[in-house]
Amino acid sequence: MSTREPGFRRDGSWVGASVPRREDPRLLVGRGRFVDDITLPGMLHAQFVRAGVAHARITGVDLAEVLATPGVVAAFTADDLGLADITAVLDRPPHEFVPTAMPVLARDKVRYVGEPIAIVVARDPYAVEDGVEAAIVEYDELAPVMSDTAALAPGAELVHAEAPANTLVDVSLFATEGIDDVFQNAPTVVRVQAKTGRQNALPLETRGVVADWDDRDEQLRVQTCTQIPHQVRTVLARCTGLAERQVRVTVPDMGGGFGQKCVVGREEIAAAAAALRLRRPVKWIEDRRDALTAAFLAREQRYDARAAFDAEGAILALDVDIVCDMGAYSCYPFTAGIEPLMASAEMPGVYRLPAYRVRGRAVTTNKAPTGPYRGVSRPQYVMVMERLMEKAARALQLDAVEVRRRNVITVFPYRGVNNITYDPGSYRESLDLCEQVLHDEGWYKVRSDSQESPDRVIGIGYSCFSERTGYGSGAFAARKMSVVPGFDISEIKMDISGTVVVSTGTMSHGQSHETTMAQIVADRLGLDINQVKIVQGDTDRITYGFGSFASRSITIGGSAVAAASAKLTEQLREIAAHLLETDVDNTELDGAGGVRLRDVPGRGMSFADIAEIAYLKAHLLPKGVGPGLAATASFDVMGDGTFSNATHGVVVELDRGTGGIEILRYVCVEDCGVAIHPQVVEGQCRGGIAQGIAGALFEQVNYDDTGQPLCPSFMEYKVPTAAEIPDVAIHHLETPCAFTESGAKGAGEGGTIGAPAAVLNAVNDGLRHTGVELDDTPIARESVYRALEGTYRD
Amino acid sequence: MKPAAFTYHRPGSVAGALGLLRDLGDDAKIIAGGQSLVAMMNFRLARPEHLIDIRRVPGLDQIRRDGDTLRVGALVTHHAVEVAALGRDFDVLSRAMRWVGHLPIRTRGTIGGSLAHADATAEWCLLAVLLDAVITVEGPAGRREVAAGDFFQGVFTTALEPDELIVEVVFPRPAPRAALTEFAERRGDFAIVAAAVDLDLPRVVLGGVAPVPYLVSGEWSGETTPHSRLAEEAAAAVQVRDEPGVSAHYRRGLVRTLVQRACAEAEEVR
Repeated sequence: MSTREPGFRRDGSWVGASVPRREDPRLLVGRGRFVDDITLPGMLHAQFVRAGVAHARITGVDLAEVLATPGVVAAFTADDLGLADITAVLDRPPHEFVPTAMPVLARDKVRYVGEPIAIVVARDPYAVEDGVEAAIVEYDELAPVMSDTAALAPGAELVHAEAPANTLVDVSLFATEGIDDVFQNAPTVVRVQAKTGRQNALPLETRGVVADWDDRDEQLRVQTCTQIPHQVRTVLARCTGLAERQVRVTVPDMGGGFGQKCVVGREEIAAAAAALRLRRPVKWIEDRRDALTAAFLAREQRYDARAAFDAEGAILALDVDIVCDMGAYSCYPFTAGIEPLMASAEMPGVYRLPAYRVRGRAVTTNKAPTGPYRGVSRPQYVMVMERLMEKAARALQLDAVEVRRRNVITVFPYRGVNNITYDPGSYRESLDLCEQVLHDEGWYKVRSDSQESPDRVIGIGYSCFSERTGYGSGAFAARKMSVVPGFDISEIKMDISGTVVVSTGTMSHGQSHETTMAQIVADRLGLDINQVKIVQGDTDRITYGFGSFASRSITIGGSAVAAASAKLTEQLREIAAHLLETDVDNTELDGAGGVRLRDVPGRGMSFADIAEIAYLKAHLLPKGVGPGLAATASFDVMGDGTFSNATHGVVVELDRGTGGIEILRYVCVEDCGVAIHPQVVEGQCRGGIAQGIAGALFEQVNYDDTGQPLCPSFMEYKVPTAAEIPDVAIHHLETPCAFTESGAKGAGEGGTIGAPAAVLNAVNDGLRHTGVELDDTPIARESVYRALEGTYRD
Repeated sequence: MKPAAFTYHRPGSVAGALGLLRDLGDDAKIIAGGQSLVAMMNFRLARPEHLIDIRRVPGLDQIRRDGDTLRVGALVTHHAVEVAALGRDFDVLSRAMRWVGHLPIRTRGTIGGSLAHADATAEWCLLAVLLDAVITVEGPAGRREVAAGDFFQGVFTTALEPDELIVEVVFPRPAPRAALTEFAERRGDFAIVAAAVDLDLPRVVLGGVAPVPYLVSGEWSGETTPHSRLAEEAAAAVQVRDEPGVSAHYRRGLVRTLVQRACAEAEEVR
């Protein structure tokens, strides 16, 4: 492990250098191509008739006026399109998981306001909205189920008839024997009851698709902004009855996804089906109101957690009940299990926990459904764990950082009570360094000075956490997913110019994979990165892929491109050895786009020379090699993945007069192993932290009692702006991963995971003298105000 | 989020705009900066059949000092006021503009549009009441002047007749000891509570506590009333109810804090 500054370039290698991004020339001058930039001849525009009520049987859908609206070309209901339902499944018994179908268009029942009922297709984006307005939907209304507690209440209306007690997932993954005795005998037991707000992952680019049928290719061509092109293809084929070869999903530039585009959207299927039916191109661009009310949401969870500690502050046991409000449907492919299973499996986190019991439930309610969102449950359970640490410190009158220090895993590999093996990380080191930085910067003095003054209220808070990245087939199979994402396949082809095109099954939605993957390949082949082109997001050009999520792209996809590069290297060396009449072992890459002899380094062949022979003079090739220069390799992790880690330290100032919360300082000490591109890592940290702060302090999707969403615009949904997000100081530690090809660990989600806990702890530190502790997010300013005023009531 | 169809008109004079208003009646809506109206149209919450765009009407975008009086044309943008050198007499207007939305909004939104829209937390509405502004409107019968105190009648409701147009806002007296401040969770949001004070009268006007800018009445005299008394009396005066996320107690507390802070700022700039 070593500390280092970003921006250096190690030993002339590409990996580790913050090189200019390959994506930037087009994106920065406005020459990127996003879905909404695509226009096809004769293209029509689609929008959806959406449910105006939260829970009802549909008794009639009348589209006559829609079809009579000027400019409207067609309108289809579920019955008109006759598509198969989308059903996500876990391989778990019925008492643990209830599969529920999500129709592409609501058929018999609507389950949330905004649910698509009919698709309207028109000549322009204005006429289609006129058409949507003209639809008449008749309902037989049912009582809306608007909270997890209402869903679980005896006699509650059922959102899905097949799911008793509105429960889709009920799994108890761990229950250490004798845990009740541990609690009974423990010197200290602390408890956190916390509720976290429903959030929207909120990619700047809303969802969208352009679809058309191509007679010549016999293909439905679907250009959509998705993190998982192959899974969209599968669902499209199943819903429409086409073979997979008849569906081509391609992905243009993407303006973010954060998980919301990691599930198959009903609208993209419906729009493609309409294009197929009409034999005309159809575009659907989700408008912001629909994105805020009808897209996949996330993060609404309730925790009741108890932790037992010994007198020295060592944690003895954790017992937690987790209820996740998953809204109206299971998302494909992850199901409604995504949040409760993630939280249940990973909650012990960075701490040496001897005994663990957990129950995780997913309940269904009449809200827009839940999908993955950057961090998936980890921002929530880390927050709860870190609150438990703080409460234990208070109960034992110890320093909260010291309590963490006494509990973090320091010996690796560590086999956890949750049956996960943690690979080496820098948990303790990140904690120490983060605390040191805030000390050195003088924030502890600022805080102690504030305690002398009636005007200033300062709090300091931390979160220490790890993040499992590079989930392979083994990890997802353990979750009992019926679609088991894990491997990635990469294909590399060298052309006659000696440059390469490399495919990856991962899908950058803004994370710079065209640069970072190219850095890995460039190092493996000894090429300039400008001679490496990464291809992603095309089901016809890529053998198979699971896309990008769960910080898997560099760990798994990056390892696959490295493995493919290694295979190609062997071919290049074999051909060169044959032509130079030497042994393969006497050849090596020269680091400048060629192969040279080890014993006579001045003698060798450029890749272009080798490639010319491989393609144009194949008769000169050695037996068993070529013709052509191409290789395919795959990579998977059958073990438990690799753990990135970080500690975040936050200083807040609380405003007695308003309850306002201002972040004065934010320090992040992160360790993602070898950083392929330190500036990209820092960008991921900063963006993630902004989203974490959003959850801690600002964003919440609210509904009224009848299920009407109360946040249809950015006026109500309080996404923070640059004015609310502080500068973030980032310090790097480096514990290389032993089994990814570059030593890299995932870096996509950590920022989001650590921020809510650190911010919440800092606020509570500021409130320490009041005796009030706040455990819910987003933190209500009124609660802070009342706590400081002395009028807080729970 | 596309508006319903409308017909777009672009008159070149006030008379032309008034003529269109007269001919098109209730189906027409004046648009200037469009920062509230266009959003409402995109949500189809507003669906005027005709839009009368007055942005090209000459002569309505001037700021003029006229003795003790400041005259601000209806088409003057928030940003133009923010960066104008108005001197200490009217500097409160420039400082208050920093609270209006975000910069792009300020570069398009206008004083006339803001007053006509009459959001009860809008900075211009508070300032108009605070500073005894006179709003000059023009209609078929010619010009008339409406005191700010009479202009705001209810939620998004003003004394403006459907066939009338705001042409100018007159601030009749210098206010060198005035300030406006707000609280919201995000910079640029509509305020949960906004407070404007003029210490020379003294006077306190609040936003976010009533359907219209709320003028706090009190028996105060300029030099002798402590700020804390203004703050306490303002907090006691407002009639507010518990609302989701903001209790009456909290809103009153915000009133107390913001009046105090506005007073401090007004004192500081002297």
